[in-house]
Amino acid sequence: MFLATLTGASRAYSPLLLTRPCSTIAHTLSVKDRIKSSKEAALQGGGPKRIEAQHKKGKLTARERILLLCDPNTFSEYDQFAEHRCSDFGMEKKKISGDSVVTGHGKINGRTAYIFSQDFTVFGGSLSSIHAQKICKIMDQAMLVGAPVIGLNDSGGARIQEGVESLAGYADIFQRNVMSSGVVPQISLIMGPCAGGAVYSPALTDFTFMVRDSSYLFITGPDVVKAVTNEDVSQEELGGAKTHTSVSGVAHGAFDNDVDALMSMRTFFSYLPLSNRDPAPIRQCDDPWNRDVIGLDTVVPLETTSAYNMLDVIQAVVDESEFFEIQANYAKNIIVGFARLNGRTVGVVGNQPKVAAGCLDINSSVKGARFVRFCDAFNIPIITFVDVPGFLPGTAQEYGGIIRHGAKLLYAYAEATVPKITVITRKAYGGAYDVMSSKHLRGDMNYAWPTAEVAVMGAKGAVKILFGGKSADEVAKAEQEYMDKFGNPFPAAVRGFVDDIIEPRTTRRRLCLDLDILDRKKLSNPPKKHGNIPL
Amino acid sequence: MGIFCRSSSYAKLAQTIALRRAAVPSVTSVCERLQSSAAVVSEPKWTEIYTTNPIDHNESTFSKILIANRGEIACRVMHTARRMGIKTVAIHSDVDSNSLFVRMADEAVCVGKAPTSQSYLNVDAILRAIDSTGAEAVHPGYGFLSENTKFAAILESKGVKFIGPNSDAIIKMGDKIESKRLAKGANVSFIPGYDGEIKSEEHCIEISKKIGYPVMIKASAGGGGKGMRIARNDKEAREGFRLSQQEAKSSFGDDRMLVEKYVVDPRHIEVQFMGDKHGNAVYLNERECSIQRRNQKVIEEAPSPFVDPEMRKRMGTQAVTLAKHVGYDSAGTVEFLVDNDKNFYFLEMNTRLQVEHPISECITGIDLVYEMIRVAKGHPLKVTQDQMPLRGWAIESRVYAEDPSKNFGLPSIGRLSKYRAPSHIDGVRCDSGIEEGSEISIYYDPMICKLITYGKTRAECIEKQIQALDDYVIRGVTHNIPLLRDIFTEKRFCSGDINTGYLPSVYPDGFQGKSYTPAEKKDLIAISAAMHAKDALRSGKFINAEEPTIKAREEYLLTVHLADEQAHCLVKCKPGAFDVHLDGQVISVKDNFNLAEDVSHMNVGSNKHTIQLINRKPNGTLRIRFLGTALNVKVMSAEADRFLKLMPDKPKADFSKTVQAPMPGLVKSVSAKVGQMIPEGQEVCVIEAMKMQNSLTAAVTGKVKAVNVKPGDTVEDEQVLIEFE
Repeated sequence: MFLATLTGASRAYSPLLLTRPCSTIAHTLSVKDRIKSSKEAALQGGGPKRIEAQHKKGKLTARERILLLCDPNTFSEYDQFAEHRCSDFGMEKKKISGDSVVTGHGKINGRTAYIFSQDFTVFGGSLSSIHAQKICKIMDQAMLVGAPVIGLNDSGGARIQEGVESLAGYADIFQRNVMSSGVVPQISLIMGPCAGGAVYSPALTDFTFMVRDSSYLFITGPDVVKAVTNEDVSQEELGGAKTHTSVSGVAHGAFDNDVDALMSMRTFFSYLPLSNRDPAPIRQCDDPWNRDVIGLDTVVPLETTSAYNMLDVIQAVVDESEFFEIQANYAKNIIVGFARLNGRTVGVVGNQPKVAAGCLDINSSVKGARFVRFCDAFNIPIITFVDVPGFLPGTAQEYGGIIRHGAKLLYAYAEATVPKITVITRKAYGGAYDVMSSKHLRGDMNYAWPTAEVAVMGAKGAVKILFGGKSADEVAKAEQEYMDKFGNPFPAAVRGFVDDIIEPRTTRRRLCLDLDILDRKKLSNPPKKHGNIPL
Repeated sequence: MGIFCRSSSYAKLAQTIALRRAAVPSVTSVCERLQSSAAVVSEPKWTEIYTTNPIDHNESTFSKILIANRGEIACRVMHTARRMGIKTVAIHSDVDSNSLFVRMADEAVCVGKAPTSQSYLNVDAILRAIDSTGAEAVHPGYGFLSENTKFAAILESKGVKFIGPNSDAIIKMGDKIESKRLAKGANVSFIPGYDGEIKSEEHCIEISKKIGYPVMIKASAGGGGKGMRIARNDKEAREGFRLSQQEAKSSFGDDRMLVEKYVVDPRHIEVQFMGDKHGNAVYLNERECSIQRRNQKVIEEAPSPFVDPEMRKRMGTQAVTLAKHVGYDSAGTVEFLVDNDKNFYFLEMNTRLQVEHPISECITGIDLVYEMIRVAKGHPLKVTQDQMPLRGWAIESRVYAEDPSKNFGLPSIGRLSKYRAPSHIDGVRCDSGIEEGSEISIYYDPMICKLITYGKTRAECIEKQIQALDDYVIRGVTHNIPLLRDIFTEKRFCSGDINTGYLPSVYPDGFQGKSYTPAEKKDLIAISAAMHAKDALRSGKFINAEEPTIKAREEYLLTVHLADEQAHCLVKCKPGAFDVHLDGQVISVKDNFNLAEDVSHMNVGSNKHTIQLINRKPNGTLRIRFLGTALNVKVMSAEADRFLKLMPDKPKADFSKTVQAPMPGLVKSVSAKVGQMIPEGQEVCVIEAMKMQNSLTAAVTGKVKAVNVKPGDTVEDEQVLIEFE
């Protein structure tokens, strides 16, 4: 039985064992040696040459990455002895302890995370069935104890030699990604190639980050694209960090290099609860919760048509002006990201008047919706800053299905049961007003700044419909009248659709007070298998 | 509080303001605070310096005055008017509607759009504002209409008092050509030059040759360095004449130019004086304004460390004689150039209240604005020359929104996301018109504040400047505090060895930020490492989660990157302190700071440092202001540093094939065309910012590939304007 498990790296010891089977001392010692040499082999991964090649590409090895991600000496590795079981195409002669992925758990600032890190130096990081099995094992463990899973992806794709076994491995991971979704946070950091079926695991996780110039995500590479569609496109253009953070929206952020990425991940991790059983983390806060933010009184320009930067508002309100923005370069007309208020993690959503007047369109709706749903799943209160002139009109939007996509954001806000606080800084027009965490969608506290205008539409548009064909003088008069009536927060305030009109400088203290109270909020949706979000 | 908006285009604006100011109080308690944001500005502490001629409330005065200016000087005038019990009226452009000076005034009138020609120089609108508010007098501040004789004359004809000299005196002295002739008549020595108007570029070259290079070309109506250029040869004379004339036209609406001999590296010392309508005049001692860049003052002090009592008396007497000679009846200044042998030459007379007037107030105890108002009302001066105090010292540094590393200061714009002036320090006066949230725009002067310190000695004032600059919180715009602070620690400045060539001679390669000594660097490393450890410690502590059983580390092996240097250190966290082990030395950083405060007063070993943590990036980079200069410090674990070294450098973009805007501004003209071959150094376009014309040239010889701007465009800092193939 013992012999049956003898494989590759330890084969050198077998003659000794066979000739002197009865010395138990020697046996114990030899096993020890074997363990030691297996471990050493595992630590070497694909060997010094491949490690050097990896470094030349500007990439760290799987183990180096884990070292940077975790607190010193806290990473415990699983399955270091695991080996693939493939015996075709001469694979039986090529076995490396641990195969092409390193798995285990470690601490990030003292908090547990389950981690897998694909090792490109071993079989190009390709996914064998044992590779998949290792990943599945830690994913199951993470679910059991309630801790996030962080995947460091750097893989050439399926282990072709294994055929369908490799595909089965992917599917096993996908299934676990889906089961974990909403239970523990899942983060993917793409640090090398990730192509074909492999891309769907990151796609199923909550956040996907990339490293600039050394990571790629695509279904099919440039060669296949050329063969099928005759398009000439480079790897970088097709699936590089820039493409995915600004064009496709597949990635949520990008970093300059591996070190930058891993250090930033540590910071990012500190915003997240460990699982859906935990509340949003509250860190000790040195920034006074009741600090007046004088600058906010003048942040909204007097001219109602001029733009301002909603990031100025967000950064001024949150603790220490620290805002971890998600998808900063994609659908910039909406801002989403994490920050802290009096130490407590909050998800912040804000329309960005600087870009496309802050309107909602297909991309911004989807971006906002996914973020809101993440926060709701993980007990993170949502703060929404509203300055929205409406949904973007036009054939491009209608043909693209703005109705369907806009509904996602509406659905996400309506469904969310976490504390929801809304601040209308200026425009809240039309259906977009309803969507942006309005009182009607169970907003817990809805505030308006004195500059707020809650209306069906702007004065010009409204008057055009109501007074079509009237003389210019009458139209101008009506416009003025409409503005007087609706170009202010009163219509919403008298109806209780906003709870208070607040002086902008007091926004921070109001939000902090409310969050403190809403900590005890209890609200649940009717029992159901799951809702049917308009996908 | 009244709002008067004349043009219908302001209707919307008016509505917004009205809502902010008035409507909301019907809502609830919150709104009481809202009203208070339409600010009550309390009386500043520094007004206690005015002891020499305190306000006499029994003396007759105006009941309401209008201030035809904006920003800090409008606030300055209002402070005194308030103390005198005079109601104030502010005029303002649309973009200034929410500014501090507008809210400080009892009444405010919008007189036009942002460009100064449509608002602060819009005489018709201002006259209407005077009529509608019933203001009895107008204080023009400095710049804008302060030396506009037509405006002063119209006021006179309407029976409204102009709080400044009579128009006759302004005409005589305000005009540089005219004043030179008069100075000659009054036997004031002055620099050789051509006392006529220069007609053309050719004429300018001819005259310049006659006087001998270097020469100074300046606008007859100019001041404050605008429309002024030095030429060392024919080519520069030609270009200087053209650019200065254009500037003069857009700034003053008067493009008459003059040329005079340029005295190399002189001191700039000026005498403040005050005249009345009864033939009296006194001088308030001198101000040394030698620290300048591009002929604009940066640091001024009073008295001058160079002037002795005898010289002071001679300069003062000359100034007063000249003032009396022209019947001068308000606050004015006579500027002198002073050479190394204490010879002084008449430069010009400024017929207005000057930017740097507060330092004269500090050393004499006289409120110049009060005296101007009194004198305008017709009261005689009370203080005689022999009663004029000279007490202690005062220094003013001008805090600007500008990048000091570019030509000692290129304007920068932006919104002050955080702002806290150091006015809480004793002996510090901050004259400023801005507050947190204010916007520094391309339309107006980028001055943030006049930071004035006063005390018994020069050394005390310098010490206070350093302390105040360190405590000054300005976020959102680039500012010149790094340069100002560095000057206050520089040997030559501290010994009083200064002249107008000070900046280029002390910083021959431009100002590149503070250069730290090895000991200072060590302190900075220790501070950064302690901050990193402090952050790491708290990252593992959550109030609503159980304390992890695996405790946070108490030791950190770190690498700190400062620009091109790096240091390895070990931080041991102890109760109350972080011990930083560095180069075999232990520097203990007291744990009395936190990462949320704007300013940290830190104890580092036996040193005390005031530092500002400006921001922290997720990847561990700290932006710290240390000894005035802000820099990025990258702190990482020793391991991360080891791995970072394995990362290959990424190629950087090549900018030599483009012309970028050096600052935000307005495109005045574009001379490059697509397809044109342009030799290196040729002008391709002109950008105007804060009324300064900046000629941008090609960095390489090449063919123009694209012209991305046209005249009239507003451009942002570092925007690509012209691309070469």
